[in-house]
Amino acid sequence: MPTDQLSMVFSALADPTRRAILTRLAQGEATVAELAEPFDVSQPAISRHLKVLEQARLISRQRRATSRLSRLEATPLRNATAWLANYQQYWETSYDQLDALLDTLTTDGDNP
Amino acid sequence: MSQTTFVAEPGVPQFIVTRRFSAAPDLVFRAHIEPRLLERWLGPKTLSMTVDVLEPHHGGRWRYRHRDGHGNEYVFHGLYHGTPSAAGIVQTYEFDRQPGVIYLNTIHFDPAETGTVLRQNTVFQTVADRDGYIDGGAESGYGQSMERLENLLTTMMEQS
Repeated sequence: MPTDQLSMVFSALADPTRRAILTRLAQGEATVAELAEPFDVSQPAISRHLKVLEQARLISRQRRATSRLSRLEATPLRNATAWLANYQQYWETSYDQLDALLDTLTTDGDNP
Repeated sequence: MSQTTFVAEPGVPQFIVTRRFSAAPDLVFRAHIEPRLLERWLGPKTLSMTVDVLEPHHGGRWRYRHRDGHGNEYVFHGLYHGTPSAAGIVQTYEFDRQPGVIYLNTIHFDPAETGTVLRQNTVFQTVADRDGYIDGGAESGYGQSMERLENLLTTMMEQS
């Protein structure tokens, strides 16, 4: 994934309403009205959020009958998070090991 | 056990990793500069870790290698800037598979009520370099398999 798209994904994810929309779409497609329902914001505001998510390719939208359905696109999210997870995993594992080592050193009174 | 927190903001070529330890700053620091201690904790469990050089003084070199079961090696090296101490470590980093992509790593060991708060700030020259570092990490087997979508979303929420 190109860096600029990665930045768009992170920017899109930086907003709590947009994350909530993605969480809702993880359960299935939805119309703007359905997406707006749990929030205290107008449908136009939700539409603006959807546009940001669409530009980051986190969702796709298609017209069906009289409504426009949004659906989650998982690939950019997987890429973005795998990217983060790699780095995080490296340091989490290392620091967990360091923590265990420090415990040993403290307990044993080991003074190398 | 305390968790490692991780911040990587969009558009900023930087990572900040924070972790609390119950040991005192001096001990956490020593685990960073004494080769026989460093070899016992740094890197994934699946890779062996060897410190080739570690000269903990201003201008001193450091070099270590991770090796997998197939003999593949991933070498990191750089220089210390200022003499490492329990107050902090400043070092440059270079991964042998990405020559020329050099980044600056600062580690602080802040005394806390019950031990130490370690804060590691890694600054790259560009956002692309930061992302490349991750690709290198993935290539060397650091990466874990893809998470399920719900887990991914949860992770993103915690990090923002």
